[in-house]
Amino acid sequence: MQLFRSFVKKEFYHIFRDVRTLLILFGLPIALILIFGYVVTSEIKNAKIAILDHSKDKITTEITNKILSSGYFILSENLKSAKQIEEVFRQGEVREVIIFEPEFSKNLSKTGQANVQIITDASDANTANLILNYTRAIIQDYSMSLNKIPAQSIKIIPQTRMLYNEELKGVYMFVPGTMALILLLVSAMMTSISIAREKEMGTMEVMLVSPLKPLQIILGKVTPYFVLSFINAVTILLLGVFVFGMPVKGSLILLLGESMLFILLSLSLGILISTVSPNQQVAMFISMMALMLPTILLSGFIFPIENMPPLLQWISHIMPARWFITVLKNVMLKGTGLLFVWKESLIMIGMTVIFISMSVRKFKVRLE
Amino acid sequence: MSKEIIISVQNLMKKFGQFVANDDLSFEVYKGEIFGFLGANGAGKTTAIKILCGLSTPTSGKISVAGFDAYTQTNKIKHNIGYMSQKFSLYEDLTITENFRFYGGIYGLNKKQIQDKTKQLLERLKLEDAKDKIISSIPLGWKQKLAFSIAIMHDPKIVFLDEPTGGVDPITRRQFWELIYETAHQGITVFVTTHYMDEAEYCDRVSIMVDGKIIALNSPKNLKNEYQAKSMDEVFLKLTRN
Repeated sequence: MQLFRSFVKKEFYHIFRDVRTLLILFGLPIALILIFGYVVTSEIKNAKIAILDHSKDKITTEITNKILSSGYFILSENLKSAKQIEEVFRQGEVREVIIFEPEFSKNLSKTGQANVQIITDASDANTANLILNYTRAIIQDYSMSLNKIPAQSIKIIPQTRMLYNEELKGVYMFVPGTMALILLLVSAMMTSISIAREKEMGTMEVMLVSPLKPLQIILGKVTPYFVLSFINAVTILLLGVFVFGMPVKGSLILLLGESMLFILLSLSLGILISTVSPNQQVAMFISMMALMLPTILLSGFIFPIENMPPLLQWISHIMPARWFITVLKNVMLKGTGLLFVWKESLIMIGMTVIFISMSVRKFKVRLE
Repeated sequence: MSKEIIISVQNLMKKFGQFVANDDLSFEVYKGEIFGFLGANGAGKTTAIKILCGLSTPTSGKISVAGFDAYTQTNKIKHNIGYMSQKFSLYEDLTITENFRFYGGIYGLNKKQIQDKTKQLLERLKLEDAKDKIISSIPLGWKQKLAFSIAIMHDPKIVFLDEPTGGVDPITRRQFWELIYETAHQGITVFVTTHYMDEAEYCDRVSIMVDGKIIALNSPKNLKNEYQAKSMDEVFLKLTRN
């Protein structure tokens, strides 16, 4: 135990004396989460919209004016038929099309209800969502102002459709995605680099000659990173919840447990990388190329997996982050329990076991 | 000098597939002597040292280090040996004291033992004032002596030095050998590999390895007589050329 303590203590010295390590450990997570966060919540200005007005009466004109005078939207064109909708979206300029049903005012005064359809280009899910909410708010505002005059309730019902990404997956992706990315970065990259550094400096040799067992060396190496990664996970969660209003509907204990599992997975990956890299540069390179980029591109962090070609969808199955992101989304957004994420959890446990057994084998081979 | 045997190697074989790295090595090292382990690169020195340090299992042969068996008691062996390599193996971002504390810790010394040992060894090197300096800021010669002091911090029976003087200037090398002598006088056996033939002259006995075999083992003086050479350099060249 005393042996273990002096090992971990030494590891903390390494971490706290290296400015670059500290920056990656604590600066990067906060910077990333704030950047991603504010990209998502940034305001929309001058989004181009098209309007298809089937009734062209007083109320639709008023609503149109109200929307266009809000400052958020610019009218790109007035459409004449529904066929043009697809066309304007394809040109890529227009973000949203608003369609008023025929006989809008008449319906409203007769039945107290009228329909307006809002179609957005959700290939950029975040922007689409924002535009939609702004438009909805304006229409609601208008319908409230109508209600003030007559006593009867009048409803304008916006019917919305998010084209190209119907369920709008990806809106709250940035917190789970960034969390997966950062934990992977901190755990896998930092451990692999720090073990590779021991090899490079020749200190690994001395430790192997000492009575320390390989398992003790590995445990001593990963313990500090496990602790720091967990602190990071909690920081990101707190930022997500309190700064960006990310809900945590499911069990907090399950969430933290799954985070620990993913940290373990990343650490075992880092150890594996370090056993195959002779020096720090190689360790860093492998971590970057083999972990970071595929994680960003293929885990569903930025691009929805459903929209990928089958081959890439298949590859995404071996991305550890994919499963963690799914778990986070389920637990945080949908509030599901272990019953619904056991498959993902099992896959992550399986991956951890595979990586650890592979590294132990490599470790022994290297000793021979 | 006492003739107590501290390392005993009989018919050591180590094969990697078809390749024979150590071919039927047999030798003994006595307690308190400075034993030179010479050979060209690739002669099999490193493989033999790894086996003696308990890092690698021999293919066959009977090997005992500090009284322990190299097949079954590697952990006991590890407790009784010290090791220092050409890379010095100090943590550059830790201070001298912290390095002592870490290495003392992994050999299971307690706080008091570590403090006493650190003080004693630093006094011997006259580096007490530098104890809080970061390793990366001190000269190479100091690092080398510190690495050696750390290797013998837990009072091992044998200390293995793998090319300990690589890249160090002649004066520092000379000082380093004085340190080695002092250690040997205290009864710690020194097992040293080196490229420098002038250093081979300082050893009590020298073995010379070629292609996995030991082809000569004797004191430098006897070897020079036997091969009618003026220096160990000549002995080495005569042996390795044939």
